[in-house]
Amino acid sequence: MTNEELHRALKAVIARIEETKDELTELDNAIGDGDHGINLARGFSAVAEKLPGLTGDLGATLKAVGMTLVSTVGGASGPLYGTAFMKAGNALKGKTEATAEDLLAAAEAALKGIKMRGKATEGEKTMLDALCPALAAAKTAAGEGKAPKEILAAAIAAARAGAEHTKDIIATKGRASYLGERSLGHQDPGATSALYMLEAIASTIS
Amino acid sequence: MVGIVIVSHSETLARGVVELAKMMAKDAPIYAAGGLEDGSLGTSFEKIAEAAGEADQGEGCVLLMDMGSAVMTAEMVVEALEDEDIRLIDAPLVEGAVLAALESQAGGSIEEVAARLEEARTLRKLEG
Repeated sequence: MTNEELHRALKAVIARIEETKDELTELDNAIGDGDHGINLARGFSAVAEKLPGLTGDLGATLKAVGMTLVSTVGGASGPLYGTAFMKAGNALKGKTEATAEDLLAAAEAALKGIKMRGKATEGEKTMLDALCPALAAAKTAAGEGKAPKEILAAAIAAARAGAEHTKDIIATKGRASYLGERSLGHQDPGATSALYMLEAIASTIS
Repeated sequence: MVGIVIVSHSETLARGVVELAKMMAKDAPIYAAGGLEDGSLGTSFEKIAEAAGEADQGEGCVLLMDMGSAVMTAEMVVEALEDEDIRLIDAPLVEGAVLAALESQAGGSIEEVAARLEEARTLRKLEG
């Protein structure tokens, strides 16, 4: 992946968040504070403004995206996705081109960052319930020697199943945890936005 | 004096907590960092960083948070400032703010303020 390809992937994410902001907010209305879509759209629209100036290496671009999200989102998804992008940027520091292996290592660093920031783990009805299975599936596919497009397809299938599964989980982290059992039956907004971002990135990889 | 920052999703709540703490300790350097730049609900990295800068008068400052993103955003501010005398404290917001303001005004060090706040975690309201 080059910086140009990264820009294309980021633009797809920005567009996807804008398209789905009402749906994400609707999901958050049910079990959270009803701002997930609005907050992410605000953050990614700030990223869209910054993007033309981000002409450095992959690490620098991702770090700047992360810092922009932290500064502009305003809800929990700011520090969480912000940390993820910053950690991915750190993993790709100085690189102008990344291999599939580099990208997997960056994804792993991003996921660790989310766990650290949210003090969370899989199974608590959060974005991790989409992202953890996605990374595991991507690693398996990469281990089998699959092409980048297939690796991403495997990750997305796992993220989709994971996001669906959040309906069957009682939230123990995030705002929804204040609802306890009443959070059952609702899909987690964070797991859903994570899935949408992965889908958007995949749509730009040939 | 040790500075205090009240981090909340709500600008009104943060200001209210500051007001309440000032009622008992009017000289304590306690600052509100509530809501987003435009006053809507949320937590702002910039507002928190700015308040921490004002609150720290050389003896450090403590940050008290409400919940969720307030905790995570405050944590990122503290990490970015890289100063061991700027600390997050896990305590109830209202009682913590009052105790911290009193201890700060009385000239307590950051260690003493932090220790007082540790007590706030187990304060009971209905039982002695």
